[in-house]
Amino acid sequence: MDEDWRLAGKAEVLRVRAVMTRSIRRFFLDQGFLECETPLRIPAPAPESYIDAVASGEWFLQTSPELCMKRLLAAGYPKIFQICKCFRAGERGAFHLPEFTMLEWYRTGTDYRTLMDDCEGLIAYAAGELGLGGAVSWQGKRVALLPPWERITVREAFDRYAGLSVEEALGRGCFDEIMVCKVEPHLGMERPVFLCEYPAELGALARVNAENPEVAERFELYIAGLELANAFSELTDAAEQRRRFEKASRDRRLQNCPAYPLPERFLTALSRMPPSAGIALGIDRLAMILADQATIDAVVAFTPESL
Amino acid sequence: MYTASDLRKGLRIKIDNDPYIVTEFNFVKPGKGQALYRCKLKNMMNGNQFERTFRSVDIFEAADMQEKKMQYLYQEEGKYCFMDNQNYEQVFLSADQVGEAQNFLLDNIEVEILFFEDRPLGISLPNFIDVVVTKADPWAKGDSVSGNTKPVTVQTGYQLQVPPFIEEGEKIRIDTRSGEYLTRVKG
Repeated sequence: MDEDWRLAGKAEVLRVRAVMTRSIRRFFLDQGFLECETPLRIPAPAPESYIDAVASGEWFLQTSPELCMKRLLAAGYPKIFQICKCFRAGERGAFHLPEFTMLEWYRTGTDYRTLMDDCEGLIAYAAGELGLGGAVSWQGKRVALLPPWERITVREAFDRYAGLSVEEALGRGCFDEIMVCKVEPHLGMERPVFLCEYPAELGALARVNAENPEVAERFELYIAGLELANAFSELTDAAEQRRRFEKASRDRRLQNCPAYPLPERFLTALSRMPPSAGIALGIDRLAMILADQATIDAVVAFTPESL
Repeated sequence: MYTASDLRKGLRIKIDNDPYIVTEFNFVKPGKGQALYRCKLKNMMNGNQFERTFRSVDIFEAADMQEKKMQYLYQEEGKYCFMDNQNYEQVFLSADQVGEAQNFLLDNIEVEILFFEDRPLGISLPNFIDVVVTKADPWAKGDSVSGNTKPVTVQTGYQLQVPPFIEEGEKIRIDTRSGEYLTRVKG
């Protein structure tokens, strides 16, 4: 009886989530995107310094569908999207589940600025389908969705909110701490914010800017202080990507984190991939915003602890 | 020794030889960045509070405190009296030291009193306690599993939200760490 009561209490939030997911699909299908499904279980996740995969036999559960989706781009698919489960070991908190739902979409022949337009359109459309009008309210904060949303560089954000420069933060090895404690709480409070131009060394799978090689063409989307999405103008230089993977693998060894084999087939495909832009958006987090829920636990029927 | 991933609300750790208790805990992780553990800590000696952010590589010493099983006797003018049933010694804790545990102090309940260098500093409750509901609105049948809640008062005077099917006189289990309803206890 207690379990039925607990699950029944989530009915309205789960309804909002379902409407949201349906409107996301419709948004992309109407624009001619192909919905694709790639395997959850893969032999080699992208090595990243701070993302741990869950082992599944000799292979791993995906931490993101990125590698397989880019192989589709390389094969000539121009516009693809996917809604799927991703798994990241050890991530559990008010905004984190070790198994969560990701939306990823990719476009060839463009850069990350087009993805900003997509975000503006997508979230406004989903909010509209839910009857929320031109704004969302999350935990007492009202955020207007009318485009254009604010664009701010990481450099500007640190100067404005952190009281020290990006270089100082990187030099002292406290970039992540400053980001979480000083910068993020200010981002997207009145309008959603695209935090863009990350220091090149934090670019992961993003290409560096042609005019300013100090920064990577990467952005993160924030609404009401909550990080929702990470986007890149995709790196298409396979040799450079291999160097970054090798550096991430070295970082992982130094931290005594499990090593992953390099995703060789992805690296081979990358040399054929056209200029592209891609983005990963946390579906659970978007549901938190649209259903005005404080924790990720509230927007899923079952948490790992309840199984 | 603890690592940052062991941190949780209620954990007691030692920093600069003083015992601290974690009063709030959040796991955070900026995009592509490293896992961070944001904590509010309270110095158990002087009550000072502050915020700290730890990384997963950080390690902590457990605060070396003596725990003594004692029985709760009574409360008078903001002082809470506990007795050692072995030697009948009594100690007093302030409302601040008892903290949220005062919501769950059943008569004669056995708790752990924490001592640091012979000074009583705090109280450690069982994680779960069973209490009798002393005040509740009647259950409107038909509203069986709608997911709604209703407020009730339990025998310690504590008020909380419970499912509508809980009735006056029933026993329920509460998680003393969160203060939330867990389940109905039969019998």
